[in-house]
Amino acid sequence: MASAAAVQRGVEPRGAQIGPALRSAGLSVLILAVLCAVWEAYKWLGERTEIRWPFPVNERTMPHVHDMVGQLFEPSRRNGPLLIDVLLDAAAFTAREAAVGFVLGASVGFLIAVALSQSRLLQRGFLPYIVASQTVPILAIAPMVVVWVNPKLPESLAGWGAVAVISAYLTFFPVTINTLRGLQSADPRAVELMRSYAASRWEILWKLRVPASFPFLFSALKISAPAAVVGAIIGELPSSIQDGLAGAILNFNQYYVSSPPSLWATNIVAAALGIAFFAVVAIAEKLLVRRAPENVA
Amino acid sequence: MNATSVAVAIRQLSKRFERGNVQALETIDLDVRPGEFVSLIGPSGCGKSTLLRIIGDLIQPTEGSVLVNGKPARQARIDRDYGIVFQDAVLYDWRTVARNISLPLELAGVDRRRRDARVREMLELVELTGFEKHHPWQLSGGMQQRVSIARALSFSPALLLMDEPFGALDEMTRERLNNELLQIWQETGSTVVFVTHSIAESVFLSTRVVVMSARPGRIAGIVEIDLPQPRGPETRESPRFAEHITEVRRLLRKGHADEAIEGDTEVPLYVAEEGL
Amino acid sequence: MSAVGVAEIPRGALGRRVGRKLTDWLPAAVVLVGGILLWEGLVRGLDVQRFLLPAPSAILDTLWERRSELFDAGIYTFSEAFGGFVVGCTLAVLAAIVLARFRRLARSLLPFAIAANAVPIIAFAPITNQWFGPLEKTSKMAIAAILVFFPVLVNTLRGLTSVRPSSIELMRSYAAGEVEIFRRVRLPNALPYLFSALKVATVLAMIGAIVGEYFLSSQEALGFQIRNSAALFQFEVAWAAIVVASVLGILFYASVALVERLTMSWHPSTRGE
Repeated sequence: MASAAAVQRGVEPRGAQIGPALRSAGLSVLILAVLCAVWEAYKWLGERTEIRWPFPVNERTMPHVHDMVGQLFEPSRRNGPLLIDVLLDAAAFTAREAAVGFVLGASVGFLIAVALSQSRLLQRGFLPYIVASQTVPILAIAPMVVVWVNPKLPESLAGWGAVAVISAYLTFFPVTINTLRGLQSADPRAVELMRSYAASRWEILWKLRVPASFPFLFSALKISAPAAVVGAIIGELPSSIQDGLAGAILNFNQYYVSSPPSLWATNIVAAALGIAFFAVVAIAEKLLVRRAPENVA
Repeated sequence: MNATSVAVAIRQLSKRFERGNVQALETIDLDVRPGEFVSLIGPSGCGKSTLLRIIGDLIQPTEGSVLVNGKPARQARIDRDYGIVFQDAVLYDWRTVARNISLPLELAGVDRRRRDARVREMLELVELTGFEKHHPWQLSGGMQQRVSIARALSFSPALLLMDEPFGALDEMTRERLNNELLQIWQETGSTVVFVTHSIAESVFLSTRVVVMSARPGRIAGIVEIDLPQPRGPETRESPRFAEHITEVRRLLRKGHADEAIEGDTEVPLYVAEEGL
Repeated sequence: MSAVGVAEIPRGALGRRVGRKLTDWLPAAVVLVGGILLWEGLVRGLDVQRFLLPAPSAILDTLWERRSELFDAGIYTFSEAFGGFVVGCTLAVLAAIVLARFRRLARSLLPFAIAANAVPIIAFAPITNQWFGPLEKTSKMAIAAILVFFPVLVNTLRGLTSVRPSSIELMRSYAAGEVEIFRRVRLPNALPYLFSALKVATVLAMIGAIVGEYFLSSQEALGFQIRNSAALFQFEVAWAAIVVASVLGILFYASVALVERLTMSWHPSTRGE
């Protein structure tokens, strides 16, 4: 009886997934509603009491939530397509750069980690610069990357290919650092076991260390996927690429005084794109990696 | 027996965990006299760790009552009437050995000079003098557990609760620490309630062994251990020792005829932790 | 020879430590020098055009010539990043402490904090510029603060809550209250998590400040210098400014790492095994 109960308890988290899923969906709606309400309440209060700190509250700094959302379904310019269609096109364009950058960056990051894991000397020589590489403001070198990369690309990649490279630059770092830690996390006794089978260095790497690194890899990918979107947007900014989200941000930034909700609407779409990238990796992880539950009190 | 002359008085105690619908303990009655060394032994899931935690007021019983030194368990905890030792040493990595031992004294507001003096005494007691500045991760498992015992004894509690303190240690270290623990018990004169998986350990250490059966957890029988004190390595070789072991083993088997007795390496089922 | 014999042992140990540090850093130094020489050689040997990649020597010359204005610009941008770092991290730690007190709430909110972490907050830089005025430092501090907030919140919360249950039981056996448990168990337990987030936050704060400056900023700012000199084809100046930004970023990161080492001397990871 009790043992049956214990078994049941172990099964519970998987068996009863629909209930919690519904509840967390309801909770997200609730939290979103609370956030909107707080926004509107602060705006209402700020406009009446003339809050000046930390910034003055008015229609320009804090447009109504319904205006931001409503703006999506207004024409982007006179007789033009709806703003949401324009933004979805821009998001798709940026998503393509980010996805290519993500795959490129993750692969390169993984290979760098594998290479570094094979030699302490290599690690000592290069690891500090891999950390330092992230302090280089990529926004600043983006125009130069575009000048370097673009002429070498085939016609079909011209323009956005360079942005994917910039996006990859932001992607690779968490992957390298985490994978390296994961490759070194293999149980020393498991390594000894492999040695006892006379396994080669290569076999130990692929059959033991790489699988041991997967949970680490995925937690890195969850950081990297949204970073790839950030990289794509930052890469677009100085590359004078108009078709992506950065183009839309620059554009609506110029017209902010006349129509603040447009820029906000653009940011809502950008936020959704980042979260979508994260969600895809999180779901892939759920399907591919079985993790031990965290010990939390 | 009069309730005030008893170190621990357990009356009609039951514990049911709502999650998983487990009846962990059913109508337990037990008295522990001051100065006694009582072991709780039983298979995994018999609720012995749960019982220990109820005595310490770390878990609430569903029914029944526990008196410690004549007061409700909660009051006893607030008065710091007992010290507790867990299976893993639960030392704080960020504190040195000395500061781990002085933690309960700090919480009790003991001034620094007296704390330092007490830590020195305790280190001497568990034979770790010279290690005060070390950090827990620099010690072996046996040494860590000795620090944890020193910490539990540092504020001279009348009652010592021990939850399989030597379960994770190797046989040789375990026997040595058993001898040390008996010595400490005789020097301090405190009452000990000791949870274990090992029959030999329970017989060697205790004045009484409480044998429990599983699902639901009940007391299957109590064995009075009349081995003479002080006990030492030769105690383990005496015929009386072997007889007691047989007696405890028989009770364990009777309690759950169809269940094999798990070895010492078995990980105990801490239903308790889900309550947090 | 020193008369105080006791001093001998630590000095020897220190000497060994410094010695080991040197061999630790030697490969990195070799890579740095080799990299710069290779760069210089390639630029000269292949006659690479100046706008593609200036030679390190040319960048260094410019760095020296314009040292005072670049230094001022660096300080200006760093002060924005630092201000945002302090504000964002403080708020995040406070929020984590509140959430750690209400763990049920925290558990349901955590997925949303993680989702917020995935939002490209950089895209909000134009909006903070609109809020605080693009010429004000506060507009860049705001974007840096928002940028560091979520990673620090998520990590600190994880550190405050992933405590072994038996650690808490021990404290309860001493009749310790929530405040004592927090001060003596949760907080020290969270330190390693907090510091790894703070190190990431230094980099994010610098990126936030510079991207914020890209949209519009005072002429004193580093981001403005980089953008403007690239537009005027003064690539050596742009690169010199990039070097300044990177060096400041590395120093910022390293100083947090140093504080980590000092406050967590007990942690196995901060001592060479």
